[in-house]
Amino acid sequence: MAKELIRLENISKAFGDNLVLDNFNLTVNENEFITLLGPSGCGKTTTLRIVGGFETPDSGKVIFEGRDITQVPPNKRHINTVFQKYALFPHMSIEENIAFGLKVSKKSDAYIKDKVKYALKLVNLEGYEKRKIDSLSGGQQQRIAMARAIVNEPKVLLLDEPLGALDLKLRQEMQYELIRLKNELGITFIYVTHDQEEALTMSDKVVVMNDGRIQQMGSPEEIYNEPENAFVADFIGDSNIVDGIMVQDRVVKICGTIFDCVDEGFGKNKPVDVVIRPEDIILSKPGKGIMDGEVIHNVFIGVHYEMEVLAGGFEWLVQSTKSFPVGSKVSMRVDPDNIQIMHKPKSHDEEAIALDV
Amino acid sequence: MYKRKLLASPFMVMILIGTIIPLCAIGYYGLTDELGGFTFENLLAIFEPDHLKALELSLILAAVSTIICFLIAYPLGLILRDSKLGEKGFIIFIFIIPMWMNFLLRTMAWQTMLERNGLFNSLMDFMGIPFVEIMNTPYAVVLGMVYDFLPFMVLPIYNVLSKMDKSVIEAAYDLGASKLKVLSKVILPLSVPGIVSGVTMVFVPSLTTFVISNMLGGGKINLIGNIIEQEFTVTNNWNLGAGLSLVMMIFIVISMAFIAKFDKNGEGGLL
Ligand SMILES: Nc1ncnc2c1ncn2[C@@H]1O[C@H](COP(=O)(O)OP(=O)(O)OP(=O)(O)O)[C@@H](O)[C@H]1O
Ligand SMILES: [Mg+2]
Repeated sequence: MAKELIRLENISKAFGDNLVLDNFNLTVNENEFITLLGPSGCGKTTTLRIVGGFETPDSGKVIFEGRDITQVPPNKRHINTVFQKYALFPHMSIEENIAFGLKVSKKSDAYIKDKVKYALKLVNLEGYEKRKIDSLSGGQQQRIAMARAIVNEPKVLLLDEPLGALDLKLRQEMQYELIRLKNELGITFIYVTHDQEEALTMSDKVVVMNDGRIQQMGSPEEIYNEPENAFVADFIGDSNIVDGIMVQDRVVKICGTIFDCVDEGFGKNKPVDVVIRPEDIILSKPGKGIMDGEVIHNVFIGVHYEMEVLAGGFEWLVQSTKSFPVGSKVSMRVDPDNIQIMHKPKSHDEEAIALDV
Repeated sequence: MYKRKLLASPFMVMILIGTIIPLCAIGYYGLTDELGGFTFENLLAIFEPDHLKALELSLILAAVSTIICFLIAYPLGLILRDSKLGEKGFIIFIFIIPMWMNFLLRTMAWQTMLERNGLFNSLMDFMGIPFVEIMNTPYAVVLGMVYDFLPFMVLPIYNVLSKMDKSVIEAAYDLGASKLKVLSKVILPLSVPGIVSGVTMVFVPSLTTFVISNMLGGGKINLIGNIIEQEFTVTNNWNLGAGLSLVMMIFIVISMAFIAKFDKNGEGGLL
C-alpha cells in the first residue's frame, strides 16, 4: 500500500481577480512520479510553487508527512526544486553550486566533498567540479541543477518543465536519465510539463489540469485510453471529438450513422461526446466499412500517413500505415471498444472548452 | 567599413576636442614650469604638507560619503526590488527628481537651510535641541556630497538588484538558506557590478569636488579640489594646478583599477 507523502487540501489561489487554482485537491504518494500536465497558464507552476513554499494559498492546506506546512517558508521544507531556467548561481563554480545546500546545513567538508562527487557521478558529469557555469551547455546545466537539488536528499523533488529548453534528442535522453535517477534515489518526483508525450512516457500518475482544476487523474494508460472528458481527449494525443447520440446501451449514432460501442448507462437518445483516436480508424475500400467518405488530405509523417477523410459531414483525422491517395473513396470502420463515449460538459467553462475543440 | 568610419567621425572630433586636447594641455602644463622647461616638480608638489593634508581630508570625506550613500542605496534597492511596480516607479522618481535640478542650486539650497538662522536650526530650535553649528564643518560637506551624489549610487544598485534573476534567489531559499545567507552569499555577490559603478560614480566626484566644499565649508574646509581650483583662479599658477590634477587623475585610475578587480564579471551597471 502506497504511503501518502503530500496532500493538497482544497487549495485556492487567485492573483488579483484571476482565480488560478480553484479548490484543488491532490494526493502524492511516497516514491511516486507524478506529472502535472496542462496547457499554458492552467496553474501548474503555481501548484508547484505552493508545494515548494514560494506561494501561499488563499485558502486550503498543504500537508507534508501528516504535518500542516502551509505557512512554513521554503528554506524550512524538506523539498527541493529544479527550476525551469536552471537558476544556477552564476558567481559560483559547479562544485560550489552543488555544495550550497550542504554548506548551508553545516555539513562537514569531507562529507560535502564526497557528496558533490557522488552527485556529479549520478548526473554523468564527473570531473566538472571546477568548471564555470557559463562554460556548460544547456543540457549540462540542467544536470547540475538536478545534482544541486538531489545532494540534499530531499523527500520530494519538484521539477518545473526541466527539459523545456532542450532540443528534442537531448530531451528524450534526459527523460530516461530522470527516470533512472528517480529509481536509483527512490524519491518522489512532482513534475510539471505541457508536453503530453513527456508526461505519458515518464509518469506513474498523470494529473491533467485546466483552468485551475483537475480534469482527470490516473495512470498514463487510463488517461490516454479512457479520457473522461473532451478536454482530456483533445489535450492528450490527437483525437476526433464529435457529437453523437447515444441511441441505447452499446449503440451510438455518429454523423447519422449507427456504430456499435461498449458503453452503457447513458440513457436513450442522449447527446454525448464521442472520442475516436486517429489510429483506431480503419480504412478500407468503399462499402466495406460502416461509413463512406473521401480522402481530402494525406501527409507522410514518418511512421505513418496522416489523412483527413470527409465523411458524414465531419473531417476525420486518420493515421494509418497504409496510404490512400487524396480523392479516393474510402470506407471507415472502428472497433466498438475504441469508441469512447463521454457525457456532454455541464459547466460553462467546460462548454467553452468543448466549443474550442 | 569605410562608411562606418565616416559616421563615427563627428564623435572622433568631439573626443578630440573634448578629451584628448584638454588632456594633452594638462599634461603639458603639469610637466613644465612657468618658462616651459620640463619638470616633475608640479607632480611632486602633492607631497607638500598642506597638499597632503587636503588630500587626506578629501579621501576621508569622499570615503565617508560613499559609504553613507551605499548604506542608504543598498537597502533602498532591496526594498524597491520587492515592492510593487507603481510604488517602485514613484520612489525612484523621488530620488531622481533632484538630479533634474541644477547642481549648484541644490547645494546652495543646503547653504541657506544650514546657516545660522536657516531652516535646519529653526527646526532644531523648535524641537528644543540646542544650537549646533553644522555649516562650515566637514559634516556639512559630507551632507552635501551625499545629497548631490546619492542618485548615482541608487540607480546602478537599483538597476542590478531589480534585474537580478528571481529564480536564483528562490533557488537559494529552496536549498535551505536563511534570509541573511541569501543576502550575503547570493544577492550581494551578484550585485557587485552595480555596487562598483555606484561607488565609482560617488567616490570620484566627491574626491575632486570644490564647489560643495566651497559652498558648505565656507572656505574652512580645504579639499584637494579647492587647492587645484585656487591654483587656476587665484594664484594663477596653471602649472601647479595641472600638475596636481595629473596626480589626482593617476590616483583615481589606480583606485579604479583596484575596484575593478572586485568586479570580476566585468559587466557594469546602468550609466
Ligand atoms: N506572480 C503572479 N502574479 C500575477 N499573476 C500570476 C503570477 N503567477 C502566475 N500568475 C498567473 O496565474 C496563471 C497560472 O500561472 P502558472 O504559472 O501557474 O501557469 P502554468 O500552468 O505554469 O503555465 P506555463 O505552462 O505557461 O508555465 C497565469 O494566468 C498567470 O498569468
Ligand atoms: Mg509554468
